Amino acid sequence: MSAAVRLNPDQVRARVEVVPDPELSMITLADLGVIRSVREGADRVIEVVVTPTYLGCPALPLIEADLRTVLADCGHPEGRVTWALSPAWTTEWISEAGRRKLAEHGIVPPGAAGAPLQVRLGLGRPCPNCGSVATRPLGPFGSTGCQTILVCTACRESFAHMKAV
Amino acid sequence: MTSELPVALGARRDHDIAEYALRLGDDALILCQRLCAWVTNAPTIEEDLALSNIAVDLLGHARVLLGLSGRSDGTNRSDDDFAYRRTEREFRSALLLELSNGDFAATIARQLAYTHYTALLYTELAASADEGLASFASRAAKEAEYHCLHASQWTVRLGLGTEESHRRMQAGLEHVWPYAAELFEEDDLTTRLDTDGTAVAPARLRAAWEREVTEVLTEAGLTLPAPSWQATGGRSGLHTEAFAPLLAEFQSVFRQYPGGHW
Repeated sequence: MSAAVRLNPDQVRARVEVVPDPELSMITLADLGVIRSVREGADRVIEVVVTPTYLGCPALPLIEADLRTVLADCGHPEGRVTWALSPAWTTEWISEAGRRKLAEHGIVPPGAAGAPLQVRLGLGRPCPNCGSVATRPLGPFGSTGCQTILVCTACRESFAHMKAV
Repeated sequence: MTSELPVALGARRDHDIAEYALRLGDDALILCQRLCAWVTNAPTIEEDLALSNIAVDLLGHARVLLGLSGRSDGTNRSDDDFAYRRTEREFRSALLLELSNGDFAATIARQLAYTHYTALLYTELAASADEGLASFASRAAKEAEYHCLHASQWTVRLGLGTEESHRRMQAGLEHVWPYAAELFEEDDLTTRLDTDGTAVAPARLRAAWEREVTEVLTEAGLTLPAPSWQATGGRSGLHTEAFAPLLAEFQSVFRQYPGGHW
């Protein structure tokens, strides 16, 4: 075992929060807003509760494996990772820091989740290259399920946008 | 004696939930497999990505629902057990989902029918008295809504596109519509689960579904089909001739390397 000392739940939480998202490695799991709680169960086993972004997201098994590694490193090799589906994850849970980091990496952060999905006239998210809002959808999905691809009709660059859910 | 009745009812309800989750899970699993066949064959690379991403979402839905089914029926079978260790007759998916893909328009017609059905179903199911179904549906409804948007956009695009795309889209609708009707089929199971607030009787969704798809078809200049017959059998394990080859391909790796993993 790599740690003789068993860290307490708050200390484990601090370690868990800085784990990078496997697909969007510029942001952490805390930035993404998926860590619900880190607590000690009645059986004294420490448990990390996580909410999945999308149910079929291929990153979920990787997140779980990364969290198990962190638990073991914190002196809790028997620790549990539990997926809580409800309440459902929403892009509203992405932190300000997370939004900033996405933008810095050319992924336009999501708008308000409650806003109606616009069907045919383009999403109007400002182009990260030239700032024009004359942008239109190129494809409903991008390199990950949570992104969509837009193209700017002004500078003709295409760019990724994290869709609001 | 007094304690026996509630226990028996509880067991019956668990069994019902298992069967219900199996139906919905099998629908998602089988359509997932069909959509995967479009990868590298879709009209554009963006569409390759779209259909494969929708397939991945459906796989996620199937995994949650099949896991729930295995926990509810007491067998503790895993999602993999359900996917790979069952024969044709044990699948409960509606026939719509197993139909061969046809051309792109036929695939979109099926997406239109299925996604509007699941978006309505999951939205209502999010209020289910069963916590497992409710928490699944609260997440899946959001995903289904996005799939709906994708299918609706393509329906309009093909309907208003060229004479040929319009003709094919209408033909696709005529082809899949008799099968779409099976999604709204009722039986004792759905009635029981609807009565106690666990599930949504599919018939209750039908009017809203027709209103929604009619709206899309009207915008697309297409006609709502009025099929003269209605497919049935999938919910009791009676499938079409398209199903055995689908399952053989789907299960081939597992059959060749039983117990293998990487």
